[in-house]
Amino acid sequence: MAENAITTKELIKKENLVYQKTKLLTDDVMHYCPGCGHGTTHRLIAEIIEEMGIQSEIIGVAPVGCSVLMYNYMNIDMQEAAHGRAPAVATGIKRLLPEKYVFTYQGDGDLAAIGTAETIHACNRGENITIIFINNGIYGMTGGQMAPTTLVGMKSSTTPYGREVSQMGNPIKMTDLVANLPGTYFVSRQSVHTPGNVRKTKKAIRKAFEYQALNKGTCFVEVVSNCPSGWKMTPLESNKWLAENMLPFYPLGDMKVPEQ
Amino acid sequence: MAKIKGAIVVDINGCKGCELCITACPTEVIFLSDDVNVKGYHYAYMANPDVCTGCSNCAIICPDGVITVYRKKIS
Ligand SMILES: Cc1ncc(C[n+]2csc(CCOP(=O)(O)OP(=O)(O)O)c2C)c(N)n1
Ligand code: SF4
Ligand code: SF4
Ligand code: SF4
Ligand SMILES: [Mg+2]
Repeated sequence: MAENAITTKELIKKENLVYQKTKLLTDDVMHYCPGCGHGTTHRLIAEIIEEMGIQSEIIGVAPVGCSVLMYNYMNIDMQEAAHGRAPAVATGIKRLLPEKYVFTYQGDGDLAAIGTAETIHACNRGENITIIFINNGIYGMTGGQMAPTTLVGMKSSTTPYGREVSQMGNPIKMTDLVANLPGTYFVSRQSVHTPGNVRKTKKAIRKAFEYQALNKGTCFVEVVSNCPSGWKMTPLESNKWLAENMLPFYPLGDMKVPEQ
Repeated sequence: MAKIKGAIVVDINGCKGCELCITACPTEVIFLSDDVNVKGYHYAYMANPDVCTGCSNCAIICPDGVITVYRKKIS
């Protein structure tokens, strides 16, 4: 047989398998719009939990926002919190069950608007929890209204001509803010709009889980993400727009790393 | 010379036709089908199977995790 004459059918065998959806995600079809970064980030979290072998050692806290039904998709124990209160709920769970890994998953409306106080105080107290912050610069779930994170000039359903500072104030960088608090141990900002960025995000979230076992303080990872529906773009357009507009204002990288 | 050959399998009815896998593929393996799936989405499929290297970029970017990747070294 000739060298390259291997058919697709011959390749598709168990021994050649290199990537498949993790069993830590349920078989439920995620309700997210096509191309939404929530799905990608859920998958990364599930893969990390599988690779760390902590499926029965971890408890997640779901937010209010598009990811309100996250517990349907993750094959782990999860608790729903009232809008913005996930860090407070996670604080309670972690203090009662300190041997468990505890994380929150929150949108920017949840974490940076209604839940600002909970976020800042949990991080300032240095609760030994992990916070995953999905920043798509908008209230996706409720129809694309302006969020505190909406960029200057960015259009939303409540800023149809673009956010104007004189009327609506400045966008807030929550990740920079919490990096400056003494209670945080590891703070990073990543994105999931290219395969390379997805790989980096996975590494950052894995660290944010692993460091929790050290009991040194709050670990916080922002994921700059898209909202094709709220931004009124195709998924491809939204990722291009993210790279050109979100990333200059929300630059990627680790903002606080443990001292060596 | 050793050569790497890859193949992907898309869970057709789980695909939402977002096209993120198409731009993530370095060798232009994937296209959207003319047909639609049960949800009415045009779904991703291997249009150029010969050039797939099994790099997994498509699977890693897929928000719905519907791509399975196979890879083999052919010597
Ligand atoms: C107490 C309360 N106030 C307001 C709402 C309405 N509400 C639901 S989701 C949401 C914002 C969601 O935005 P974000 O957290 O950014 O999540 P996304 O959908 O963008 O992922 C708001 C204001 C609510 N459910 N509960
Ligand atoms: S509204 Fe936006 S954030 Fe919500 S699922 Fe759709 S694309 Fe994702
Ligand atoms: S595995 Fe790599 S080469 Fe093959 S289809 Fe996916 S992205 Fe393209
Ligand atoms: S990334 Fe996934 S959901 Fe999107 S078109 Fe490709 S296979 Fe379908
Ligand atoms: Mg949002």
